Amino acid sequence: MMSIDELNRIKAEKEELVLVRRLISEEGEKLCGKTGYRKQVLVCGGTGCTSSGSKKVLEALDEALREQGIDKEIYVVKTGCFGLCALGPVMIVYPEGCFYSQVSPEGVRRIVEEHLKGGNIVKELLYAETVHEDGSIISLSETRFYKKQMRLALRNCGVINPEDIEEYIASDGYQALAKVLTSMSRDEVIDEVLRSGLRGRGGGGFPTGRKWSFAKAAEGDIKYVCCNADEGDPGAFMDRSILEGDPHCVIEAMAIAGYSIGAEKGYVYVRAEYPIAVQRLDIAVKQAREYGLLGDNIFGTDFSFDIEIRLGAGAFVCGEETALMTSIEGHRGEPRPRPPFPAVKGLFGKPTVLNNVETYANIPQIILKGSEWFSGIGTAGSKGTKVFALGGKITNVGLVEVPMGTTLREIVEEIGGGIPGGKKFKAAQTGGPSGGCIPACHIDTPIDYDSLIALGSMMGSGGLIILDEDTCMVDISKFYLEFTVDESCGKCTPCRIGTRRLLQFLEKITSGRGEPEDIDKIEELALHMKASSLCALGQSAPNPVLSTLKYFRDEYMAHIIDKKCPSGVCRDLLYYEIIPKLCKGCTRCAKNCPANAISGEVKKPHVIDKNACIKCGLCVKNCKFNAIVTR
Amino acid sequence: MEAKQKYAFRGTAAQENRLKEVIAKHKDRPGGLMPVLQEAQEIYGYLPIEVQSMIAKGLDISLSEVYGVATFYSQFSLVPKGENRISVCLGTACYVKGADKILAAVEKKLGIKSGECTPNRLFSLDSTRCIGACGLAPVMMVNDDVYGKMTVDQVDGIIDSYAEKSKSGGDGA
Repeated sequence: MMSIDELNRIKAEKEELVLVRRLISEEGEKLCGKTGYRKQVLVCGGTGCTSSGSKKVLEALDEALREQGIDKEIYVVKTGCFGLCALGPVMIVYPEGCFYSQVSPEGVRRIVEEHLKGGNIVKELLYAETVHEDGSIISLSETRFYKKQMRLALRNCGVINPEDIEEYIASDGYQALAKVLTSMSRDEVIDEVLRSGLRGRGGGGFPTGRKWSFAKAAEGDIKYVCCNADEGDPGAFMDRSILEGDPHCVIEAMAIAGYSIGAEKGYVYVRAEYPIAVQRLDIAVKQAREYGLLGDNIFGTDFSFDIEIRLGAGAFVCGEETALMTSIEGHRGEPRPRPPFPAVKGLFGKPTVLNNVETYANIPQIILKGSEWFSGIGTAGSKGTKVFALGGKITNVGLVEVPMGTTLREIVEEIGGGIPGGKKFKAAQTGGPSGGCIPACHIDTPIDYDSLIALGSMMGSGGLIILDEDTCMVDISKFYLEFTVDESCGKCTPCRIGTRRLLQFLEKITSGRGEPEDIDKIEELALHMKASSLCALGQSAPNPVLSTLKYFRDEYMAHIIDKKCPSGVCRDLLYYEIIPKLCKGCTRCAKNCPANAISGEVKKPHVIDKNACIKCGLCVKNCKFNAIVTR
Repeated sequence: MEAKQKYAFRGTAAQENRLKEVIAKHKDRPGGLMPVLQEAQEIYGYLPIEVQSMIAKGLDISLSEVYGVATFYSQFSLVPKGENRISVCLGTACYVKGADKILAAVEKKLGIKSGECTPNRLFSLDSTRCIGACGLAPVMMVNDDVYGKMTVDQVDGIIDSYAEKSKSGGDGA
């Protein structure tokens, strides 16, 4: 069994090893000397970087270190996500804090030879933004991507080895659990969370402390703590990154929740589509049990707690709390009417607290640093930070964490590095299929729960998709409706039929058959769906349509009246054509057409067969004479 | 059912024994049906009606309940998967970067629709909702290999390379 002394002993032993990665200064260098390793190399092992080849990078690194005979002097760590997924695979060398991006196995060999062995930083392989004009190195925290970020929920992601519980312990891990178990009453814990102003990060934004107090007040011999890791919003990956980079913080927070409401068992419901996250979480749970941080009589107190992992099976509706519980119970993941709320009658009919991964990730620090510290960050109604998965038409695709109240402009133009290809920012989509868009005219809005709702969108879980002038707003609404039609569980009629009808209207409009009255019908149907659907999926399914109608009604009208798609996306409303005058007959387009839809003789103007054309746009890209246009 | 005629069940006794172990392991746990279906799919590669019947019998619940759960979740497949499993991500980040065109090109190349398997069982195709590699959008996966920043003209070459590998690997097509 783990005692608090033992916990502190492990912490003291490993503290310096981990601290080196948080300090980029002379102090870090001194500290590094004390750890027994000359340098540390951190390689991102998150899903993004793994997909772009970080496994091969790690293999090459190990091999090169051994070849050079310095494998004993260099400490290699496979971490979770650093955030800058667009530049993967990424690696950092400490104590210098050199950030190498888009690293190839060949690059690794050079870095090992020239930098790790020779002591000369390989500047041309560094992330360009970290090299100053005069050749000096800029600290990563001073780059545009990181400067305005504040990493609380992600504090350990990309810093520690998620598969080593001792590195988590070295970063104050399980200290919060020790504190609540030995010096705080259950009410004090709930009160601390309540006063911090923490609101649910999964979408709804309900005050976490209140949820806990309801579950504590509920009568019942058995209670449960659940973690929603069924991140279903397509384009959102913050929960995955936390589980991949810092799984123990979720385990610790669930145990704290268990103590405060009087539960001994927790379930994590995680997407099966996230194999790396599932594997790391599994390792973390096993290690926590081994160290006595899960199980019976934790820290010698009478509090016992254990966690079971349940895999989802690909159903967006299971992100809804009652549907998630129904799914853990082994049934079709259909939502239940509320009340009774889960705090009173949840999993297996028992009082249950359910929070999302990012919400839990904030808890240990709130306990350790206090509610006042936490509530000092953010805006009046939204405290702390929010993690966003920044994606779409943006240069720095990745994971960013900013204080609540940061403006969209700061996120897009500074952190995100702007829109690639000199295109114009059109809108940002938040909240996924349940949310809406923020148009360019509101780019200076400080982002928090309330300001997004006022704009007709919502925070959602934190997917932030940037759209540029080439994105058709009607098409994007149709995309989300297709998603909700697929994912509607079918239990209640307003959602099952409503989403389908709504999609039919959008299909009609994007195929050029729309009529002006359709807009009124859409709006009326949307109101009914919002009022009468059983759960949030159906209630919020019309949001993408309503919000684009609010800000981009002219685009809808262009499709309906002029039968044109202003962004050139809706295929039925456009066709590709070769301008004979400009075509030199180079045959490049015909050779590369995947549908063999282009024909013509060499050196004579070519023709596109409109029936065979799949409108992929490849010919436009390939044509050197700008002879192919869309109409 | 169309799928049933198209793909005959080829389960073995060894597979059935493994399934029975799985059922025994989960039988008395609350909410055991989902993990059983997940592990059964790992054993058989898909969940044909024959396997669902065995699960219903083993867990002592009705076949309609098993079928109801198996058809509710998109991860469960009632048709077999190909030797090479292709999935094209249709998450938002990939969609705005043209993933629908990648999917169309794959469908054209293989002559099947998303959710189907080629008659020789060499390839199956699915569209997925976000594998979380948004930094590489648009993304296509073949088995465990991830192809990021895809363009339509890469589709043929990638698929051909797997067809090649399967052929040289022996039983293939």
